[in-house]
Amino acid sequence: MLSWLNIRIGFFLAWRQLRRASKWTTGLILFVMILTFLNLVVVSGILVGLIQGSIDAHREQYSSDVIISTLNDKAYIENSPQILGVIESQPGLQAYTARYSAGGSVEANYKTRKDTDKPNVAATQIVGIDPAAEDTVTHLAKYVVDGSYLSATDYDQVLIGSFLLKQYIPVDNPGFAALDHVEVGTKIRMDVNGTLREVTVKGILKSKVDNVSRNVYMVNSQFRSLIGRTDGNVAEIAIKLKPGADPIVFRDALIRSGVAKVAKVQTYVDAQPKFLKDIVATFATLGNMLSSIGLVVASITIFIVIFINALTRKKFIGILKGIGINGPAIEISYIFQSIFYAVVGSGIGVLLVYGFLVPLFHAHPIDFPFSDGILVAPFNETLIRMGLLVLSTVIAGYIPARMIVRKNTLDSILGRN
Amino acid sequence: MIETKNLVKTFRNGSVETSVLKGIDFSAKAGEFIAIMGRSGAGKSTFLYQISLLDDPTSGEIILDDQKTFEMTTDQKTAFRLSKCGYVFQDYALLPELTALENVVLPLLMQNIPSKIAYAKATEALTKVRLGHRLGSLPTYLSGGEQQRASIARAVAHHPKILFADEPTANLDNESSEIVMSIFQELHKEGQTIVMVTHEEQYAKMTERIVRLDDGKLIGAS
Repeated sequence: MLSWLNIRIGFFLAWRQLRRASKWTTGLILFVMILTFLNLVVVSGILVGLIQGSIDAHREQYSSDVIISTLNDKAYIENSPQILGVIESQPGLQAYTARYSAGGSVEANYKTRKDTDKPNVAATQIVGIDPAAEDTVTHLAKYVVDGSYLSATDYDQVLIGSFLLKQYIPVDNPGFAALDHVEVGTKIRMDVNGTLREVTVKGILKSKVDNVSRNVYMVNSQFRSLIGRTDGNVAEIAIKLKPGADPIVFRDALIRSGVAKVAKVQTYVDAQPKFLKDIVATFATLGNMLSSIGLVVASITIFIVIFINALTRKKFIGILKGIGINGPAIEISYIFQSIFYAVVGSGIGVLLVYGFLVPLFHAHPIDFPFSDGILVAPFNETLIRMGLLVLSTVIAGYIPARMIVRKNTLDSILGRN
Repeated sequence: MIETKNLVKTFRNGSVETSVLKGIDFSAKAGEFIAIMGRSGAGKSTFLYQISLLDDPTSGEIILDDQKTFEMTTDQKTAFRLSKCGYVFQDYALLPELTALENVVLPLLMQNIPSKIAYAKATEALTKVRLGHRLGSLPTYLSGGEQQRASIARAVAHHPKILFADEPTANLDNESSEIVMSIFQELHKEGQTIVMVTHEEQYAKMTERIVRLDDGKLIGAS
C-alpha cells in the first residue's frame, strides 16, 4: 500500500482537493481542529496551572529557591551566624532572608472586653524579619493591601495577614479564629510563650499563600527582644538564587558544607507538601482524561468530515478506480488531507497557545480562591498531544476513505448503493 | 483483441433474479471500431461494463488482449484497465478539482511515467482533441463538448489497446457530437480499437461494425 507511487498519486490528489476545496469548509474543519487542540492542551494546562500557580506563589512569596528550616526536634537553627556565612560564600547566591519565628497568638478586644466576654484571640505564627532583606527575596511589600510595609526602625509595629482578620474572610472558618474590628492603626496584643506585648497594626498582608496570610510579621530586632534571644539563631532562611543557578546544585553544596547537620536544606520542590504533589498528579490525570475525550471528539469529527467528503465523492472515487487509480493511492489522498487538517489545525493551536494564551494567563492569571491559575503547557507534552491528535485524525480519516474505496467500482460510478 | 464466451450477467434483488446478459458470444479484432446498439434496457451498457472490466460477469469468459480476465484479481484488473483500456463516459466523468491537463496526466502518473514526460503526453493528447488552449481550465469552466473531448484525451493519452465509450454523444449537441465522432474516426484511422455504446443511428453508422443487442442477446451485426 505504501509504495512511493501510491504516495505520489495520493499527494497529487490530496493537494488539489485541498487547494480547490471550499475555503469555508476548509476553514470550518480547521476551526474544529484548533478548538480540539486547545481542548487537549488548555483544559489540562489550566488544571495543572491552578496548582502550579499555588506552587509558584509559594516559591515567590515564601520559600524562594532554597529554604533552610529547623530540624523537627529543634526550635531554631543552631549556629545560624556560621550557616549564613556558608550561604554567603556559595556561588549562585543572589539574596537571602533570615527569619525568626515562634508560635503565639494575637488578641484584639483585650482593652474593651468585660470579664464575661470571650477573648477575641487568633493563633498565629509570629515572624521576625529584616524588612529590606525579606522584600528583596519575597517581595513581601507588594502584598501589603492596606497601611504600609515595615521599616528597620519600626518599634512595636506589625504586619498582619488577612486570614487573621474577619473582614477579609468571606466565610466563617471554625478551625481558624480571626480578629474582629482590626484595621491599620489598631492596637493588638501579642502573646509569645507567655510574653505579652502590645503592638500596632502597620499594614495588612493579603496573599493566596497561607504562610504569608496567616502570619504576623515584625522587625527582627523587636522579635528578638520579645523572645529574649541574643544568639542570632534563626528559624528559617529563604535563599534566592541568581537567574540560571540550579537550586539542586545549591542545596547539595550546602549539604556538603555540613548545614544539613543542624537544619533541613530543601529546594522549593522538596519543600512542597506531599498533598500538593498529589494534587498536581491528580489534576494531571484529570486533564489527561478530559483530553482523551477531546481526542475522541476530534476523531469522530474528522471521521464524519472525511466520510461525508468521501461519500459525496463516491462517484469520483469510482471513476478514479475505473480509470485505473489504485485504491491505496486514493486512501492515501484522504490520509494526506487528514494530516493537513490535523497539522495545520494544531499548528495554529500551538501558535495560539505559546504566542497568546500562555503570555495572557501569565500576565492575567485566573483568580482562583487559593491560587492565581496560570496555563502550564510544557512544549514536549504539547508535541506529544499534537502527535496523538495527528495520529487519531489519520486513523479517523483512513477508515471512512477505505469504506468508500472498497465499494464496487461500477456501483460507485453509477451511484448505486 | 476482445472475445466473450457465453457471457451471462444476472442481477439479484432479494429473491428476484434478473438476467440482463444471456450468454453472449462476441469478438472484436484489433483496430476495429464497433458500435453496440439496442433499445433501452437491452443490456448494451451492462455488456460494455463487463468487457471493459468495470464489472464482474456472473458467468462466462472474457478474453482481452489474449488474457483470460476471470483469472485476474481485482488489483490486476485495475492495473489492466490503467495500462490497456481507455474510458469515455456519457457524463464525461472528469474529476472536478483537477484541471483538464491534470485529469489527463493522472493515469499517466499512475503508470509511473516520469512527470515531465507525462505532462508532455497529456498536453499532446489535449492538443489533439483541440483543447490545447484550455489546459489549465477546471471542468466546470468547460462546455459539455469540451469536457467530453478532455475525457477522450484522458482515455487515449497512454495509447490504450482498447477504447471503451459509453454513449459519448448522449449529452452533447449535434455540433459537439460531430466533433467527438470525428475524433473517434481519427483515432480509428490510427489503429485504435474502439467499442462504443450508442443509441444514435447516425453515429453508429460512422463505425466499422454495428452489434445489436436485444433482451440480453446478440441479435445481429452489420
